[in-house]
Amino acid sequence: MNLHEYQGKELFARFALPVLPGQVAGTPEEARDVAASLGGTVVIKAQVQAGGRGKAGGVKLAHSPDEAFEKARDILALTIKGLPVRKVLVAEAADIAKEYYCAIVLDRDKKAPLVMLSAEGGVDIEEVARTAPEKIVRFHIPQDGLRPYVARNLMRPLFPDFAQTAQAADILLKLYRVFTDGDCSLAEINPLAVTPAGKVLALDAKVILDDNADFRHKDWETWRDPAEETPGERLAREKGLSYVKLDGDIGCIVNGAGLAMATMDLIKHYGGEPANFLDIGGSSNPEKVTAALKILTSESRVRAILFNIFGGITRCDDVANGIVASLQASPLEVPLVIRLTGTNEEKARQILKDFGLGATTSMDEAVRMVIEKAQEVGA
Amino acid sequence: MSILIDRNTRLIVQGITGRDGAFHTQQMVAYGTNVVAGVTPGKGGSKVHGVPVFDSVAEAVEATKANTSVIYVPAPFAADAVHEAADAGLALIVCITEGVPVRDTLGAFHKVLGLRGANNALGRPRLIGPNCPGLITPGQSKVGILPGQICTPGPVGVVSKSGTLTYEVVKQLTDHGLGQTTCLGIGGDPVIGTDFIDALSLFEADGKTEAIVLMGEIGGSAEEQAAQFIKRHVSKPVVAFVAGQTAPPGKRMGHAGAIISGGSGTAAEKMAAFEAAGVPVARIPSEIPALVAELLQRRRARKKNGAKPVKAVPAKRAKAPVRNVAAARAPRRAAAKSRPSATSKKFAKKTAGKK
Repeated sequence: MNLHEYQGKELFARFALPVLPGQVAGTPEEARDVAASLGGTVVIKAQVQAGGRGKAGGVKLAHSPDEAFEKARDILALTIKGLPVRKVLVAEAADIAKEYYCAIVLDRDKKAPLVMLSAEGGVDIEEVARTAPEKIVRFHIPQDGLRPYVARNLMRPLFPDFAQTAQAADILLKLYRVFTDGDCSLAEINPLAVTPAGKVLALDAKVILDDNADFRHKDWETWRDPAEETPGERLAREKGLSYVKLDGDIGCIVNGAGLAMATMDLIKHYGGEPANFLDIGGSSNPEKVTAALKILTSESRVRAILFNIFGGITRCDDVANGIVASLQASPLEVPLVIRLTGTNEEKARQILKDFGLGATTSMDEAVRMVIEKAQEVGA
Repeated sequence: MSILIDRNTRLIVQGITGRDGAFHTQQMVAYGTNVVAGVTPGKGGSKVHGVPVFDSVAEAVEATKANTSVIYVPAPFAADAVHEAADAGLALIVCITEGVPVRDTLGAFHKVLGLRGANNALGRPRLIGPNCPGLITPGQSKVGILPGQICTPGPVGVVSKSGTLTYEVVKQLTDHGLGQTTCLGIGGDPVIGTDFIDALSLFEADGKTEAIVLMGEIGGSAEEQAAQFIKRHVSKPVVAFVAGQTAPPGKRMGHAGAIISGGSGTAAEKMAAFEAAGVPVARIPSEIPALVAELLQRRRARKKNGAKPVKAVPAKRAKAPVRNVAAARAPRRAAAKSRPSATSKKFAKKTAGKK
């Protein structure tokens, strides 16, 4: 799960990272109230998960509550990189003398958290990595953790004096706790800013959480933004299905992520367009199958649906039962092609046969069939 | 021969009393895997499909001399199960469980690595997974959830990030008369115990493996690294496939690790990396058997003519167990004659009858 800036700052504050006071607002009125309670100059920032918010006009200063109202109204009307702005963060503004970059990210290959630091902060770090990689300091944190002296040694060359070095090192240590205790795959501060008075602050927060760890973070649920999910995505999440909507018209319900991707690729290969990625996962119960059909028929403009099941941990008879139960409850309006093979395949075939459905065993054949059926519907 | 598991594998099932654990214990026993014990804390003394259950891995190992463990424990407890297996001295630990937090996997990975000894790439203990289907050495042993009936013994080593896509391709290989030495699913998580390079080293050192099928997917750079490794260190022919050519950027495609982020990790990049390394890439899964058959034929013709492999001997091979090196260097006597062999066909029939 990707957090909004205001959520990331909430997380940072829990670990005592220095963030400036602020509050999220969904309307210009709320923004005015927050600005009034904060007093002084505030910054109003669009809460969308996209880079380049400033360039898109999504970050503005306001010197009074009334100005905060106006600026918030303007920003809330924006759409940044295709994402409508639904919320703004209203926070105390800071004077900035210098901006740094500070992040901890999971390095999959080295199997360790990777610290990335740069004196070139406030800009797109991927751009820095491309054009001037020598300006990024990298350090892999060993399995036994990040030591304070190591944090100081990493920061020392970047900062002009030891007072700032000590603050930055403290921030890095706290960010490491956010990363580990918070089960993040990315915890990024950009910019890590130094004020003219020499105070070091986290002025932005970009956090990606490891969804697999949600069982030990009950509070993550409150961060989930219902407005960012389509009804289909919500149903998929609630039922434990992996679902990604695409632009095509051939729905596919597959067990296993790799096979689901390969099925999409094969649909494209044979001249069709996949409507989605949908993995019903292992140990599928009939309920999941019903939910999967509901998602595809309600949300996508599907012209035909393909089931591609290779039974391993998934039992083909479970899937067949799900298909039958679902069709009994609400008949499909689009053609259905079923391919299944593997664990309990014979039982599954019998279940489908009793209901008057056939099933093929070849994936290539099934994909060609579903494309043909979709074209017939379209014609 | 084979990699990692064979007739001598003595298996413990951690989480044997759960729905999946019990079901797949039955499947593994039916396949002929020597399942010597199960472990579920608090259920010691009971039996599951005839397999005795113990309260701890240490007790199970002491009583049964097990050397391998497979884990079906729910995600919140799966990493602990890996630690327990490693501490009990098991050589191979296969974690099937999906949904393990990366933080937990990192701890388990480094624990196992710490016990392995320095610079021993082929050494033990070894962790496979998590979030993987396990592995199977056809006709000898299956550890995990791969359906046994789709495999048959033969010369092809299979390694994949996926579960069901592996079944798909293995079945197609079998249907084309291309049996397998071992099929290994390494898992689709961002951090996994055994990666493509480990598997390639093992297959390269295995005397019976004559060709390798590698199936990757979007996300990370394991495929690119594998391509480099193949170019430098693998003398056997490799066929690659990459899933997710139609995957949009920034969206997680089921597997925790399958995401195109910051524009990198795309299928196109990975396919290009393989092609640049001289590794043929199948565009669709059903192209794989024909590519493998062609490369096998070419390799066997070259062997027959007495030509030496073109590529360099891998550095890591020198560190392989002596028996592996000897086998790998031994002339391929009857191995190339007919495939699948008469015995393998018999075995396939036998297992098919059991289903």
